[in-house]
Amino acid sequence: MLSSWLNRWSRNWTTPGALRARGVVGMNRRNIGYISKYNDRRLYPLVDDKLQTKLLCQKYGLASPEMIGKVASQFEVERVVDMVRDHAGFVIKPAKGSGGKGILVIEHHDGEEYVKPSGARITRADMERHVSNILSGLYSLGGSPDVALVEGLISFDQAFAEFTYEGVPDIRVIVFKGYPVMAMMRLSTAASDGKANLHQGAVGVGLDIGSGWAVRGVQYDRPQFAHPDTGHDIFSLKVPQWDTLLELAAGCYEMTGLGYLGTDMVLDRRHGPMLLELNARPGLAIQMANGEGLRKRLELIERQPDGVPVAERVAFARKHFSRSKEDVANVGMAPIAD
Amino acid sequence: MSRFAFYLLVGLLMLIGVGLTAYRHISFDVPWVPGAQQKVWDIEAQVAFTATGGPVKASLALPENQKGYSVLTENTASSGFGLSYLDDLPGRRAEWSIREAAGSQLLYYTVTMLESDNATPAAIKRLPAPQEVSWERPYDTAAAQVIDQARERSADSFTFARELIKQFDNQRQGENARLLLTQFERPELMLRLLNEAGVSARLVSGLSLEDGRRRQTVSSWLQVFAETPQGNEAVEVDAAAEDINTDWVLINPETGKQGEPDNLLLWEGRGAPMLEVEGGVNSRVSFSMIRHNEPAAVAVRNKLANDELLNFSIHSLPLEEQALFKTILLIPIGALVVVLLRVLVGLKTSGTFMPVLIALAFIQTSLVTGLIGFLLIVATGLVIRSYLSRLNLLLVARVSVVIITVIAIISIFSVLAYRFGLNAGLTITFFPMIILSWTVERMSILWEEEGPKEVLKQGGGSLLTAVLAYLAMNNPWVRHLTFNFLGLQLVLMAFILLLGNYTGYRLLELRRFKPLTED
Repeated sequence: MLSSWLNRWSRNWTTPGALRARGVVGMNRRNIGYISKYNDRRLYPLVDDKLQTKLLCQKYGLASPEMIGKVASQFEVERVVDMVRDHAGFVIKPAKGSGGKGILVIEHHDGEEYVKPSGARITRADMERHVSNILSGLYSLGGSPDVALVEGLISFDQAFAEFTYEGVPDIRVIVFKGYPVMAMMRLSTAASDGKANLHQGAVGVGLDIGSGWAVRGVQYDRPQFAHPDTGHDIFSLKVPQWDTLLELAAGCYEMTGLGYLGTDMVLDRRHGPMLLELNARPGLAIQMANGEGLRKRLELIERQPDGVPVAERVAFARKHFSRSKEDVANVGMAPIAD
Repeated sequence: MSRFAFYLLVGLLMLIGVGLTAYRHISFDVPWVPGAQQKVWDIEAQVAFTATGGPVKASLALPENQKGYSVLTENTASSGFGLSYLDDLPGRRAEWSIREAAGSQLLYYTVTMLESDNATPAAIKRLPAPQEVSWERPYDTAAAQVIDQARERSADSFTFARELIKQFDNQRQGENARLLLTQFERPELMLRLLNEAGVSARLVSGLSLEDGRRRQTVSSWLQVFAETPQGNEAVEVDAAAEDINTDWVLINPETGKQGEPDNLLLWEGRGAPMLEVEGGVNSRVSFSMIRHNEPAAVAVRNKLANDELLNFSIHSLPLEEQALFKTILLIPIGALVVVLLRVLVGLKTSGTFMPVLIALAFIQTSLVTGLIGFLLIVATGLVIRSYLSRLNLLLVARVSVVIITVIAIISIFSVLAYRFGLNAGLTITFFPMIILSWTVERMSILWEEEGPKEVLKQGGGSLLTAVLAYLAMNNPWVRHLTFNFLGLQLVLMAFILLLGNYTGYRLLELRRFKPLTED
């Protein structure tokens, strides 16, 4: 009886030694060793407020979805209709929202009726009420009054159409002192209700920093080889324009000054990689998706000098964090299928 | 701050803490463990009244040696008042007096009582004779009938008293009983009826001793004697005389239950009033108490040490504040449990220190009652809150509505519990209502955003933390150490500082990251 119990224990639990050997970073180390050490609390508002992030992006010339306008007070709510008149599709989101709450996506409209990607139609009054809710803080952290952002719609790259159920797949890159250290793509599933949240059942796909090829897929922290809804092989996934994407992510370091940063990006069909939002407290699930701990990579970066230009940092990361040597040799060339 | 300075600070805190603790152990002889020593109660009576401007005389009954308790030391504090102890009958009393006083007045009397099984009670020197009782017109027949009925069903004075009280039981009240209750207070009525029936009895005042309680009042008890002296004069009992039996029992005038609860201290045992004030109005007396575990001799010595001018320990504070500190000093223990569970285990809770406050409430309510009460309040609150979320209110307004709802739930459960005779249910009012409201609010948002599973996870985590914090804080050994050795607070602080520096894995991460160690 004791042995069967021990068996069950060892199937589900591991030892600190084994995790250390794999270089896994735990919550405590992330909080003390990286977030509070490299992220100045003064700079948090730059990333917690999407409006500030957006303005910074414009200032630094980083690609992000086109900003149509903002609504800051209730009496401006009616102006939204005029704002979006010349735009076929648009997105309304709260500046201080978290976890994708309060985001309204409109694919096309005729000025009175607005059509969501699901095909559902809402009226002009519905849309204005949504904006008004955002302003009164319904979706913001702690319910504080908020600002609504109106952005152009991203037409996401068809390369990923078979890897996603409803939602837009986004790419998360952890940027440490300006170096991209680890990346993953989050694929929404039926279980996650179209949301790209890993703990709600989205699939996390680890991406090779060297090439942008998928290295591993996980759902609910357990290995996954095909998308559960579309059945598409996860290992056939490769992110195009990988170098541009990594440079976009790395550039966020100069822009915000935050040393340990989670950058969330999407691929637009016409404009390529675009920065969606930044996170000053990125989670640790990216290690699960990559099947590898962050620690060795972070320690290597900690030994690098400051003041290295973006392109060199990206090249350094692609060289040292690549899974296979061929990929390094083929940087910038067509990917080799496995 | 450099690492060196940090460890220096931790080391310094540790050193001072251990030093203070050792000093207190060595120089004051405070033992490390509770239990082996005798229990000593410090009880403080606070007399409050409003003086009317003229001369004032206030007389307070004082406790005497009795079964289970003996008096060690006593003190009074009363600025400007003259004080004398009166030892003549009936019973011991303290009398404060002043020529002229106006406005609200506070007088203090503090007594240290030793809990001991072989305390010798002061001998009963006289048996109270049944007093002549006069009744108004309709009440005399009612009284006579009630007495007859009780007499039929009883064998002696004790059983008679019990049967008498039974007739005034809420469920079985007869017409006569109801009529009498409209005219008299229950304890006084019982005494009148007993006297009318020729049973020797008197009303005494008892104080329930519970550690750390404040603003307590005394309760009335019927002291019923086996023997009844003849005639209407109190009888002097001659110790040598064998034929007069001074056996007596205490009977609760509300329930008719016979016998003295273990923790009952008879503050006034002579049938005299607790407090008499001449020249003042609105007089009342309330009690605070604290229990120590220490050798009786030490209790006395500490008492003396407290009088030193340079004694800055909290043990020199008035008892009421000390009782408060007894709880406050436990909070760091609760905080430590939270830190351990979050940093070392990785348990998710809703609201970081909410579990500590819930644990504090558990100490008042007892664990099982507290758990049931907490679950009832939060579950009902969540149902009501789910309706509120459809109303689209602003946050502050919404939480305020939840607060009112929680108060309503608590009131309804208290009334229900009382109706069903579950007195434990009344302690539900000890829950911190604002904290509970925020818990309901947070859980509700969690439910909407992450689903019921996450609510169960965080709610379960909070409850588990609260229960563990309760077990730690309610441990007699922990209570003894935190209250008697203030230096330990510094040690705790040093320990928590170290924990705040821990970068290793959390226990639950060993499960979360397990797949990383495969393949």
